[in-house]
This record gives sequence, C-alpha cells and structure tokens, in this order.
Amino acid sequence: MTAPVIRLDGVGRVFPADPPVHALTDVQLSVERGDYVSVVGVSGSGKSTLLNTLGLLDRPDSGGYRLDGVETTGLSDRQLTALRGSRIGFVFQSFHLLAYRSAADNVAMAELYRRTDRRRRGERARAALTRVGLDHRADFRPDKLSGGERQRVAIARALLGEPALLLCDEPTGNLDRANTHAVLDLFDDLARQNVTLVVITHDEEVSRRAHRRVRIEDGRLQEETP
Amino acid sequence: MSRASMRLPDLCDEALAGVASRPVRTALTMLGTVIGIATLVITLGVAATAANQIAGRFDAVTATEVTVLVPGQPEPLVSWGGLADLQRLNGVHAAASIATLDTAGGAHVRANDVHDPTTVTDRALPVVATTPGLPEVVNADLGQGRYFDEGHVTRHDRVAVLGGAAAKLLGITRVDDAPAVFVDDQAFTVIGVLGDAGSGQEPGLDSSVLLPYTTASDRLRIGTPSKVLIRTDLGAAPLIARQAPVALSPNGHASLSVVAPPDPASLRGGVEHDVNGLFVVLGLVSLIVGAIGIANVTLVTVMERIGEIGLRRALGAGRRHIAAQFLVESGTVGLIGGIVGTSTGIVAVVVISAVNGWTPVLDLSLAAGAPVAGAVVGLVAGLYPSLRAARMRPVEALRAGT
Repeated sequence: MTAPVIRLDGVGRVFPADPPVHALTDVQLSVERGDYVSVVGVSGSGKSTLLNTLGLLDRPDSGGYRLDGVETTGLSDRQLTALRGSRIGFVFQSFHLLAYRSAADNVAMAELYRRTDRRRRGERARAALTRVGLDHRADFRPDKLSGGERQRVAIARALLGEPALLLCDEPTGNLDRANTHAVLDLFDDLARQNVTLVVITHDEEVSRRAHRRVRIEDGRLQEETP
Repeated sequence: MSRASMRLPDLCDEALAGVASRPVRTALTMLGTVIGIATLVITLGVAATAANQIAGRFDAVTATEVTVLVPGQPEPLVSWGGLADLQRLNGVHAAASIATLDTAGGAHVRANDVHDPTTVTDRALPVVATTPGLPEVVNADLGQGRYFDEGHVTRHDRVAVLGGAAAKLLGITRVDDAPAVFVDDQAFTVIGVLGDAGSGQEPGLDSSVLLPYTTASDRLRIGTPSKVLIRTDLGAAPLIARQAPVALSPNGHASLSVVAPPDPASLRGGVEHDVNGLFVVLGLVSLIVGAIGIANVTLVTVMERIGEIGLRRALGAGRRHIAAQFLVESGTVGLIGGIVGTSTGIVAVVVISAVNGWTPVLDLSLAAGAPVAGAVVGLVAGLYPSLRAARMRPVEALRAGT
C-alpha cells in the first residue's frame, strides 16, 4: 500500500493575539491517492489556514504533516518551496493568470522552477490545455477568455507535471452558475483519472460533488458521512 | 529531494516578458538613464574631439621648433663652432646659430655707393650673422640665388643674402648680375634673396641682411651667437629642449634659456580635463536621477505584482528566484537605457563634429562601457525593490494579489 497523499496528525496552528486565535486544533486528516475531498466551512472557520498548511505556505505550530510520504515539519524554507513546486498544483479563486501572457504561456509557467527540459515545454502545456478542453484557446490572452475558461487554464497549469495533489481554494468563487458547472464537471473527469483533489469551499453545492466531505468549524475538522 | 531550480534562459524570458508587458512605462523609466548616459557620452566624446582638434592646430612646424637664447654677458657661453656638438644629438634635424649686429635701429645699408641727395638711399636694416644652415632651420625658401655655404664661411667671403622685404627696400630684384650692398660702408655681394620666410621662429629675417658669421666678425665686429635655432625631428622637441643647452655650453648650460613648444600630449590632456569636469558631474547627477527613477518604478511594479509573486512562490519559486527576476528586469531596463543613451550620445557627437567641421573622435571603450554602466545603474536601482519582493511571504502575497 502506498503512502497517503496527505496525512495530518494532530495539527494545530495558533495565531498570537489577545486572546490567541486557535485557527486549527488537533486536526487529523488522511487523503489517499485518487481521493476527491471537499473541505467546507464558513469564513473564519479556519479554511484558509488549513489550505495554507496543506499547500506548504504556512507551517503548523504542532503536529505532523506528511505530504506524499515526506515529513514536512522540520524542512527548510528552500526544501518546502521545492516540495511545493513539485508535488502541489494550486487552483485559486482569483485564477492568478498573468494578463500579458497567452494561455499556453501561463500553463507553461508551472515548469519554470522545476528541472524539466525546455524544448518540449510548449507541447506539454498544450497537452494540459487539451486535458481541460481548451486546446483551441492556447494562444489567447486571459482577458479574451471567459471566467470559466480562465479557471480551466489555471487548472491546466496546476495539472502540468502531474502533481500528487491538486489543491483548490474556492475554485468557483468568481464564477457564474454555468461556468461553475463546467469546472465541477472537469473535477469529476479528473477524479476519474485518479487525480487527488482537495477543494476548499464555503459553497454546499460545490462540496456535495466531492466523494468525501470534511466540515471545518472553529478550527476543528469533522468527517461527514454521506 | 531535488532543490527548486531555474534555468538562466527561463529567468531571462520571464524578466523580458515582465519588461515588455508595460512598454510605455518601461520607456519612461528608461528616460533618466538614457539622458544620463547620453550626457556622459556627449561630454566625453566632444571633449576628446575638441582636444584632438586643438592639438591638431599645433602643426608639425611649430611642434619641432626649439630656440636657445644665449645671454650676451658677461662672457661668451656659446661659440660659433659649438653648433657641431649640437648637431650630433639624435633628434636634431637642422640647427643654426645667429647673432644680430648690436646697433640700435640697425646698420646703414645701401644698394650703391652713389650719394644722391634727392633720394633716400640709406636704409637702417638689421644685420644678422648666421651659420650656413639657416634656411633649412626656419623653413625659408630661397627666392633667388643661393644661401652661403661652408666654403663662403671658411673663405671669409664678402657675400650677403637679403631677406625678401630687405631686397625690396633696397631695390634689388635680381641677383644674377651680382649686385652689391654696402653695410656701414663695407661692400658685400648679394648672392641670394630669401623668398617666403616660412617660420615664425625668427620673424625679423625677412627684413634683414644676412652675412656669414666669419665675414661679419671681420668686417663688423659682430660677436658670438646670441641665439641658436633648432629644427628637431617630429616628437623630439621636448628631448632636444633638455639636451641642447648642455651640448652647446657644457659649463654654462644653466644660464641658457630654451624656448620649446608645449608638449602636445599634456596640452590635450589639459583641455580634456577642463571640458570634462563639469559635464561629467552633470552626467553623473542625471544617472543618479535615472537610478532613482528605476528604483521607484520597480518598487511600484513589485507592489502591483504581489499576486504574481505569490503565484510564483506557489509554483515553487524560491526567494532568490523572485529577487533574480526583478533584478534582471531592472538591469534590462538600465541596459536598454544605456544602449539608447550611448547611441544618442554618439549621434550627437557626430552631428556636433559635422556642424563644426571637426573629425569626431570616439573612444571605443566608452561606446562599449556606457551600456554596461546603464546596466549597473539598473541593477543597483533594482536591489531594494527585488529584496522587498523576495521578502514577501507567499500566503500574504497570494491573499493580497489578484
């Protein structure tokens, strides 16, 4: 049996304030390869802190976090950055596409900080765009794309290099209903292709599409049984 | 685990894309550097051109003239024969000693012995005793006839050569019928008339009567040389100016004074130095202003691109990658500014030279070095904004940016 993609073991995160804010308290979470997990919660429930912790953008104060079998607590900043670049694909609410680059260039950016060969990068970027159904938009700039198309470009970028984990932060927060459905359909496709998905959202409809639902409230995680 | 890494071509691509994404802003940012570099190139270029021009006016003729002045008192320091020692020096092209007859206003010179009360036949003209090589030293042409030679000198021949103006005053137009002149009632045969006296070294020769020094000594009691005129090889003037007094008068060289042309190299250096000082300061000031401009705009750019920084960190960029990207961007802006400024400066120097009819002189190292200076300005200016971008925490950068 392979190691789980995510293994959080008693993770806690406290922000110094008066009184101290317990953003995460004794969080246990295990995500296997190919899981499609949604983390749902209202704002202020600790969603963002959990996302930052999972994305190696923030360090927990206590507990352990194994990503793809690698214990991350105790790694240096530089090692965390490298691990983040190679194992995690991010999808953000606000897309984070560079306005002055074509869709294909934006996707190719995912390989900038990895050791990959430069020559076939364009091909791989186009392949990733094909995977999200946007090969015909490869040379468009983001401002010529609809919101849903932009998010799919961002997903293609996150998929480049086959990361162990696709980490999505409110991926439909900026999208209308039709585009939301398009993105969620894409997530279903990816889940069928055995991509590990963690979607963090406050939207019940979005979270219902996931295979597993985890609710976060006041920094505590609770598995919901369907 | 492999460390995050980024290839140099990727870094350059990203930086160039960043620079090219805002062309108008980039162009305006460059302006300060362009002006600074252009000012420096124009300043140094025009200074070099002008200095070359000034040095060019000191033509080969004046640059090879050395005159040694011999004080008359208390005892003769230089003899007529001393010239031989001087001519042995390496770098002496020709030399001549001269002595002027010591009579206020000149001696009485007449062209014939007829006393005609109705015309003025007496002329008061300077009489100069010389060694044979004089015309070569002062670059004078012989208009007619010839100059006296060693033979005339040794034989104490009573011959004379007239300056062009002197011949005109005395009414002597041709020498083939051997006209005579009377100097203080001593008769001399005119064997030549100087044409164009080319040199400014001894301007009085044109109106003088020139005699072999032996003859002059016999007949007119002319003394030892009062002046030694030397024509040096090109570039040897400073050396000869130092050596000539010793060669002429080993014991009394300290009493001799030397008139030598200014050293062209030091002259050019002096001019360049004068012109440069002020404008170099101006150029540097505008470079500093340009650097501040780049720093300012890069800082604004960093603030605008916080989201992009966050994204890059999420994609696996380390702090050094972020710093490197912004450094290369500001360095590129500086480099392009430097190249544009250098080109502008060179064109300006050429135009200024063309307008003034000068030959433009451009230092190649200046043309190559100025763009580099621009790049350095850009790099230095980008230092603080880059560090600021690199220090940003990815969580906050992602949250703040769009």
